[in-house]
Amino acid sequence: MIFMLLLALESSCDETAAAVVRDGQQVLSNIIASQVDLHAVYGGVVPELASRRHLEVINPLVEEALTTAGVKQEDLEGVVVTRGPGLVGALLVGVSFAKAYAYALKIPLIGVHHIEGHIQAIQLEERVEYPFLAVAVSGGHTHLFRVDGIGRYRLLGRTVDDAAGEAFDKVAKMMGLGYPGGPIIDKLAGANDDGGIVFPRPMVKKHNFDFSFSGVKTAVLNYLHRLQEPPDETTISQIACAFQTAVVDVITQKSVRAAESEGLNRIVVAGGVACNSGLRTKFAELAVSSGLEIFFPSPLLCADNSAMLAVAGDYYLSSGLFSGLDLNAVSNWPLEQVRCA
Amino acid sequence: MGLGAIVSGSEAQTLELGKKLGRLLKQPTLILLQGDLGAGKTVFARGVARGLGVDPDTPITSPTFTLMNHYRARLDLYHFDLYRLSDPDELIEIGFDDYAHGSGIALVEWPEKLENPETPGLWVHLQRLDDERREIVFSPKGDIDEELLERLRSYVDSNSSISIERV
Repeated sequence: MIFMLLLALESSCDETAAAVVRDGQQVLSNIIASQVDLHAVYGGVVPELASRRHLEVINPLVEEALTTAGVKQEDLEGVVVTRGPGLVGALLVGVSFAKAYAYALKIPLIGVHHIEGHIQAIQLEERVEYPFLAVAVSGGHTHLFRVDGIGRYRLLGRTVDDAAGEAFDKVAKMMGLGYPGGPIIDKLAGANDDGGIVFPRPMVKKHNFDFSFSGVKTAVLNYLHRLQEPPDETTISQIACAFQTAVVDVITQKSVRAAESEGLNRIVVAGGVACNSGLRTKFAELAVSSGLEIFFPSPLLCADNSAMLAVAGDYYLSSGLFSGLDLNAVSNWPLEQVRCA
Repeated sequence: MGLGAIVSGSEAQTLELGKKLGRLLKQPTLILLQGDLGAGKTVFARGVARGLGVDPDTPITSPTFTLMNHYRARLDLYHFDLYRLSDPDELIEIGFDDYAHGSGIALVEWPEKLENPETPGLWVHLQRLDDERREIVFSPKGDIDEELLERLRSYVDSNSSISIERV
């Protein structure tokens, strides 16, 4: 057994995060500096602002992660960082910092895939045996993978247009609800009243595991256009509920079908949209009726955090795999192409 | 000189029109795609990608979160979404000019963010008429391949499934 104390860094989008994790299991600190307030003014992530803010906060954030963990710099035995995918300017801040840090401390460095981090995050809280179906749902992803271990992923289905989280953001924007749209719509949908509104479930009948959310977005737009007068609060809540129900139905039905066709009886839901309470409730119901085991990481580990990177990072480093100081950020990096160890 | 306004009767027609444009592209071109949320910009962009010969198994997804998606094709396609930009200076950061005037096709959603309505390129404006129908206006600005415009014009003229309302 190799014991390893890792510093983990994440800066792929609008969150800067630093964590200290022991043995890829024990989270000693997991700190996230969110830029949501900064970006809310613009209704979305502003890449240049994101890079600049990452740069400002990364140093004090690492200090804080070490202090909270009660760990000294020289105790660290490795650095793990998100290499991609994401905004390249934002990723570069984390990657450059990680390289300099590893070089200065003479400890190994490993670049990890952001989605691999999300999918494996659950292992920090409870051991989920392989293989399982991973449902990766976030602002940039809606992907289904068969997971046979760390570094072993097979893509089963994906969105052909917008990601689920992006659809939430755009629908919130159409209704003037602010950013980020996911939590706002989730809250409105919590009243559980769709007023009889039904939006289409795109591709749910198709015999593949791909998703499409652009059509639901357009259906909401058309509904808003047909209203005689601007929607009142009740109507907005009903639209939010009907929209969320449609998205949740598609994700859950396709996921269960994918698991069944692959003969998998465990499903791990990961990524920012995994915080959605409608999605959690529906999956929990399906778990009962279909006999599948469904796993959700706690909300902190669903968000863009960096402790999640340590599961794969520890495994790779322990297996003697590490990145050189020529490690570069990659904005576009299919998960199936990560190293297979 | 514009090509007039075209009314596309469905998403499928918008996709087809994009495909046709993609097939006609022979030289590096900057395409600027305007229209509100839900107007069909991404559908049109998907058509262009298919027309350029992007592998049909590669989904053409929204670049909103990544800012730019790159696809290999007959001419490489750089699909931008500037929705999230707040300041045109940020374009320098992402190397926008290198792609916009490079060796491939740069297709830009939300070109309003460039803050230059006279940016030379093929401007395409999509507008929602009702649930199904979209008005699509092509306006070339600056030095655009004359042959491309001529072929696009004759395609529009000869295609009976698209109703043409000349401006």
